[in-house]
This record gives sequence, C-alpha cells and structure tokens, in this order.
Amino acid sequence: MSGESLSLSGHAKTVVEDWSSDKQAFNVPWGKFMMWMFLVSDTFIFSCFLVGYMNVRRTTTDPWPYPSEVFALEMFGTSVPLILIAIMTFILITSSGTMALAVRFAHFKDKNKIFLLMLVTAALGASFVGLQAFEWSKLIAEGVRPWTNPFGAPQFGSIFFMVTGFHGLHVSCGVIYLLVIARKILRGDYDKKGDYSIVEITGLYWHFVDLVWVFIFAFFYLW
Amino acid sequence: MENVATQETESHEDEAQHPIGVYLKVWILLFVISGLSYAVDYFDFQGMMRWSLIIIFMLLKAGLIIAVFMHVMWERMALITAILGPPLLLITLIGFMISEGLYVFGNRVDYMGRPAAAERIHVADVIHHDEEHGEEAMEEGH
Repeated sequence: MSGESLSLSGHAKTVVEDWSSDKQAFNVPWGKFMMWMFLVSDTFIFSCFLVGYMNVRRTTTDPWPYPSEVFALEMFGTSVPLILIAIMTFILITSSGTMALAVRFAHFKDKNKIFLLMLVTAALGASFVGLQAFEWSKLIAEGVRPWTNPFGAPQFGSIFFMVTGFHGLHVSCGVIYLLVIARKILRGDYDKKGDYSIVEITGLYWHFVDLVWVFIFAFFYLW
Repeated sequence: MENVATQETESHEDEAQHPIGVYLKVWILLFVISGLSYAVDYFDFQGMMRWSLIIIFMLLKAGLIIAVFMHVMWERMALITAILGPPLLLITLIGFMISEGLYVFGNRVDYMGRPAAAERIHVADVIHHDEEHGEEAMEEGH
C-alpha cells in the first residue's frame, strides 16, 4: 500500500526487523527481559496448579464445598458471602494502582514520590498477607485440612492450601522486594547512572502477583 | 499515507508521555469489574450464566493488567510475542486434562459408585457460630 518492496505491515514488520538484524532482539534493559522470562516460567507453575485443580475437581465423586459460604463472614448480624475474598481482591488491585503510579513517577526520577508509593504498595501487600493468615486460621479452626474438611470433597483443602499458600508466598516475597528497592531508591543507589528501570521491573513482578490472583479468584473462589 | 503517519507518531511515543489519567481510568475500571464479578456470586447467578460472566470479567481484568499496568501494549511486537506466545501452549494441556478428567470421573462412578452424600453441603449445616466457638467445632469433627 505504501509502495515499499517489503509487503509486511506494521507490527509484523518490526518483528522481522528485530530478529533479522545483527543485534540484540529485544530492545529493553536486560533486567526487564529477565524479569519477563521469570514471569513467563512462573505462569507455567501457577497454570499447572490451576489445571491440577480443574482435574481434581472434575474427577472427584464427592460434592464440592460452596466456596461462597466457606469464605463468608459474619457482619452486622448476617452472613455476607465471600466478603473476605472480595476485600482481599480490592486491596490487591489498589496496591497494583499505587505501583503503576510509582512506575510512572520513575520516569520523572521523582525519588520521594517513588519511595512513598512503593511503601504504600508494600503496606497494602502486607495487609493482604495478614488477611490471608486470618483466612487460613479461620478455616483451620473449622477443621479444614489438606486431607479432609467438613464441607465436602477432601481435595478442596489440599487445593486451597497449595494454591493460596503459593500465591501468598509470592506476595510476601514481593513485599520484601518492594521494601528493599524502595530503600535503595531513597538512598540514591540509582542516581549515579540515572537509571530507574528497576522500579518498572519491580512493578512487573507486583502486577503479575495481582494477575495470578485474578485467575485464582475466578476459578477457585467464584467457580 | 495516513497509515504511515500514525505509525510514525506511535513509534516515537515515549513511555514518559503516558498521561496519569490512563492509569487512574484503568484502576477504576478494575475496581468496577471486580465489583461486578463479586456481584455474580452475591446475586447467586448459576449455570452457564455464572461461568460465562466469571470468564468474561476475568479476561477483561487480566487483559487490562497485562496491557496497561505491565506496559505490554507499548512494547515492540518481538517482545510481546515472546511473552504471550509460550503460554498459549497451555491450551493443549487444558484440553487434554478436560478429556482425561471426564474419563477418570466416568471410571470412578462405574467401578466405585457415587458416595452416599451426593448433595453439596451447606456450611450452616456443619458450623454453628451462635452456639460454640470454632475450636469446639473442630473437636467435634474428630
């Protein structure tokens, strides 16, 4: 259309350019690319858990518990279904929002704002883990174990502890990661080179944790 | 010619130019969609309606997070294909496991029969919050 000899258009053309030239294929900082590769491999781990859950739920002949009742809380004298998980979801989305803003301020090299927003993100992440600890102890008190539970199929307990435990571990690691990087930002470790891409890399990890929760929320808690 | 012009401006767009409004809008949108998916449970939609709504809201949220928060929509196509391509293989795994799951379930019903209690159990029938504490309920369970 534009009269060029190469008929590939737009995005497809950039792919050919990036791969065929005698240069590095991905035009991003190496740390960012490595984080992406880690996240892609982590995607496979969580996918194996969720596919395993699907298989276990399809094959069990025992009735599956009602997640919306199991995760209900007594509020104002009535039982509100799934409310604990809804609150945790909103906390995690909020933390993703503050992290996105931190990444934005990294482009302006605004150290104080980056530090503050990362700190808020870490605090929200920590409160998410706190609520998860509450959820675990509530279910354990009610007799839910990895091998049995009073609400139906015993597989419910093993999937619950494995999937939410592994996700909670990711959130906990993320909180530590955020705090370490926030401190380094404030201390001025990145001022010399003026390279703040570490904030975006940390942000990628944090948004991924939120992303995984979207799938856990849909398939484990709502399904 | 117009196409070429828009491509030019797109490729020259710097990440620092993303207006803050984009993030705030997506943030609010994520809140709304999460509220809607919670409403699916709260108003107790069942069957095909429930499953399709859950999947739609999930994909919308995941798409927004990946595209905007993780900046994928502003990356070059070579990186996007490297990130989003490999996970597509999972569709094969899911397909195999659905077929395998149906087979195993069928075998279990054929050879071991369904368990005595085939009805789903309501939590209120097992846990009584008014009369006893959770710990006592656990002892009862043993």
